[in-house]
Amino acid sequence: MSRANWEVVIGLETHAQLNTASKIFSGASTAFGAEPNVQASPVDLALPGVLPVMNRAAVERAIRFGLAIGATVAPRSVFARKNYFYPDLPKGYQISQFELPVVQGGTLTIRVGEGEKAYEKVVRLTRAHLEEDAGKSLHEDFHGMSGIDLNRAGTPLLEIVSEPDMSSSAEAVAYARALHALVRWVDICDGNMQEGSFRCDANVSVRRPGEPLGTRREIKNLNSFRFLQQAIDYEIQWQIEQIEDGHKIQQATVLFDPDTGETRMMRSKEDAHDYRYFPDPDLPPLVIAAEWMDEVRRAMPELPGALAARLQNDYGLSAYDAAGLTASRETARYFTDALAIAGAAQAKPLANWIMGELAARLNREERDLADSPVSPAQLAGLVARIADNTISNSIAKKVFDALWNGEGADADAIIEAQGLKQVTDASAIEPIIDEVLAANPKSVEEYRAGKEKAFNALVGQVMKASKGKASPAQVNELLKKKLGG
Amino acid sequence: MNAPETVKSLAAKLAAGEASAVELAQDYLAKIRAANPAINAYVETNEDATLAEARAADALRAEGRAGPLTGVPLAHKDIFCQTGWHARCGSKMLESFAAPYDAGLIERSRAAGLVTLGRTNMDEFAMGSTNESSFYGAVRNPWNTGHVPGGSSGGSAAAIAAGLAPAASGTDTGGSIRQPAAFCGISGIKPTYGIVSRWGMIAYASSLDQGGPMARTAEDCALLLNTFAGFDERDSTSLQRPAEDYTRALAQPLAGLRIGLPKEFFGDGMADDVRAAVDAALATFRSLGAVTVDVSLPRAGMSVPAYYVIAPAEASSNLSRYDGVRYGYRAPEYGNLDDMYVKTRAQGFGAEVKRRILIGAYVLSHGYYDAYYLQAQKVRRLIAQDYEAAFAQCDLIMGPTTPNTAYRIGQNDEDPMAMYLGDIYTTSVNLAGLPGMSIPAGFGAGGLPVGLQIVGRWFDEARMLGAAHQFQQTTDWHLRIPG
Amino acid sequence: MSLTDQEVRHVAKLARIELPDAELERTRSHLNTMLGLIEQLQAIDTTGVEPMAHATELVLRLREDRVTEPDRRDACQAVAPAVENGLYLVPKVIE
Repeated sequence: MSRANWEVVIGLETHAQLNTASKIFSGASTAFGAEPNVQASPVDLALPGVLPVMNRAAVERAIRFGLAIGATVAPRSVFARKNYFYPDLPKGYQISQFELPVVQGGTLTIRVGEGEKAYEKVVRLTRAHLEEDAGKSLHEDFHGMSGIDLNRAGTPLLEIVSEPDMSSSAEAVAYARALHALVRWVDICDGNMQEGSFRCDANVSVRRPGEPLGTRREIKNLNSFRFLQQAIDYEIQWQIEQIEDGHKIQQATVLFDPDTGETRMMRSKEDAHDYRYFPDPDLPPLVIAAEWMDEVRRAMPELPGALAARLQNDYGLSAYDAAGLTASRETARYFTDALAIAGAAQAKPLANWIMGELAARLNREERDLADSPVSPAQLAGLVARIADNTISNSIAKKVFDALWNGEGADADAIIEAQGLKQVTDASAIEPIIDEVLAANPKSVEEYRAGKEKAFNALVGQVMKASKGKASPAQVNELLKKKLGG
Repeated sequence: MNAPETVKSLAAKLAAGEASAVELAQDYLAKIRAANPAINAYVETNEDATLAEARAADALRAEGRAGPLTGVPLAHKDIFCQTGWHARCGSKMLESFAAPYDAGLIERSRAAGLVTLGRTNMDEFAMGSTNESSFYGAVRNPWNTGHVPGGSSGGSAAAIAAGLAPAASGTDTGGSIRQPAAFCGISGIKPTYGIVSRWGMIAYASSLDQGGPMARTAEDCALLLNTFAGFDERDSTSLQRPAEDYTRALAQPLAGLRIGLPKEFFGDGMADDVRAAVDAALATFRSLGAVTVDVSLPRAGMSVPAYYVIAPAEASSNLSRYDGVRYGYRAPEYGNLDDMYVKTRAQGFGAEVKRRILIGAYVLSHGYYDAYYLQAQKVRRLIAQDYEAAFAQCDLIMGPTTPNTAYRIGQNDEDPMAMYLGDIYTTSVNLAGLPGMSIPAGFGAGGLPVGLQIVGRWFDEARMLGAAHQFQQTTDWHLRIPG
Repeated sequence: MSLTDQEVRHVAKLARIELPDAELERTRSHLNTMLGLIEQLQAIDTTGVEPMAHATELVLRLREDRVTEPDRRDACQAVAPAVENGLYLVPKVIE
């Protein structure tokens, strides 16, 4: 069985919880982690007689998203009831949008793969619409019962639907990551996948090249990129095996089991999935005036794509660097803040430090950039001292550590206090070289015999003797001269 | 015999210090205790709660802070959520339900100082035209207890007719204020859609439901509409408009008033006794200076079919929340979750409600939506257009509220279709969102009341109430009391 | 247009209302009568007519994003059939 004979077609549906303070149709709080049902108002509980009233901020976030992906924001859209029975759906219907969603079309450019094999792809979006989230079922045993918490019921969601443009789990994950970064970039969603703020469903089908689209199965509720990739890979394999064994793929909704790495069919919630959509008579059509769209457009931050292009054009950064620096708004802001202080010439060094040492430290300590002990100004000061040769790169790492640990207000203070200034004065270095040469006759002999390694060993000795402060460039030059080679 | 009390007369007594709110409340409570068992107009009374409200009203008056209606007793249809009371909606499903919040209409009633006499009986979830579908027993027409009072606001209408309340709140989706008003010989108005808040009004068909006042007189209706009407930000279909005084046209003479008579409302379906009373009423209007004009509502005949698509469809969705999970009835025995749902709903709902839910689910279901629901909404627009065209030629439209007088109890048991067809004059008004009212226009065979329906343009309630009031100045149908 | 037994059962399932066999025929008959009534709508030519959802040309009103609802769990759960630790209890939900 060869994967090469098969085409994979993947579309993603993503539910992003909008970061409004109150719910989409009621004034209850959307804050995560409260005691069960203390944030479920009469509207959220679907008590008899209650009615929905739309949250302006939810609409505004939908507009923002639509503009960010270059979509059409519908001047008029309609809310519809999606009818089905489930205990976490208090009204017995979800208020969603069906025929006329608020956002139509749009695209997202994704970067797939690493290094030389990396490529860009434009994924088309079908639509995005506003709807309300359901509550939660807790299955810990209450004497064989389930417990229903409706705090989450009514939280605003933006359901974002892609065209089935992706053809591998890698592309699907790249899309999910790009979408995740974008919703955080434009500040409509906190993207906290553990808390369920960003959930992906993947529609997967396979076909032999040239054949019509295969039957798709939907993998629901994937809340990590890793699970998304594993689930899709498993599902592709499973479908191919099924077809090659002579079975037909039945349309189904499946769940991914992270423990087994397999997808399995859900018990059906709703026979025949007849949602009986009709326009919600409690909610007149949503009208978005051009003025409002313009207002939102004006208030939008520069989008990651545009900023990345600017970083490449104006500062000569590579596509890879630009992508890394624009992966999140926090990173981009950190970079531009540091750049403003350090100057354009330091763009590349700053990029290296931010995506290298800084990222590694933050990762190790499981900290966010917002909690970085090293500020953009401090980093700018550090790279400036490298640039003007006050310190070498290796000493700079020591200074960075010291800044991280709060040992000084800025690079200069630490350099001063710990005497880390690079020694470039030949008259200071030459005596050290003389000492080292005298103390290492064997290495001198080996070098003269042609062993390059011996040279490096001598350099190492000189650096050690100078406690790392000697300028490596100077050491190299002077050592070579002294050895007469 | 003295003229029966009205909201206006009671307000005057209270203002003049001739009676206290507590005295009035006690008076009505005593009447209710005595007479309610025979007609079953009230589902719930709570004398402590009523008297507490009355005492509070008297205290306000003592402080000089009474409003025009402070202390006036009022009954509420058991469909409005009201703290301290149940909201049973005529159903077993909500037998245990006491709302933790007040409906907009209730808040306004409280703010006006109106004193709650009790909660009135109704057809289950407002679905019905006879008040026989209530889980709490049928309501009987005070004019002849072998007959129905109409529905779904049958309890409110019967309470007023029997003198057990001077006025009451009602709701009207396809005629549920007007038709019981007609059957019980009282007045009632369903305002333009969006005038009275639906917040806290248990939903039947969201795009058609409207709350409104029921009372003996048009003037009372106008006074109460002043209290009930107004923008409510918790209802997205509530209209933001400048406040109106619905009594402002009561004294306006009717000279030159053009009354449209749709030929479709005067066809063969009308019973002879109804025709006679309505004709006489129209003659009275002419004598007051109005002129009648023949108009046509060509698609009005489609209003019953359109209503019985749209209302059940919306109801089937609105009633999905009754699932035994968060409030209300839950089946005592069940297996798994699905079993709990199907048993709770089969046991908690009565037959008529179940029928409408099933038809509603059907017309929305896959493959049928365009043919039924969408088609009905299009016909609805045509009906509204018919009314617009007709109103180009007249100021008000009049006709019989119902084709016949009140049915006998049990008359429609085998044939609910006959009951549906009785909505023929009222449903088009809800579909078009127009204001409609019914006033007593005489009596038919067997001494059963006949109602005259008045339909106005959107937001023309004041003119309707004015015309009705003028009519009631020269007739006394509205003052008659069952023997 | 007439509903079959199967269609009646199906719509009862959609609506989550138990329909005992003994009631099936009566229900089917009633529903068919209602269908006969509403089928009259088919006779009306509605080409080019926009469906009407509301009487007045309402536009969706938007409210400010503020938390206005306090915790009223106790009041709301006072009328609940089964509650434990603030959660509504239902027969086990199987996915």
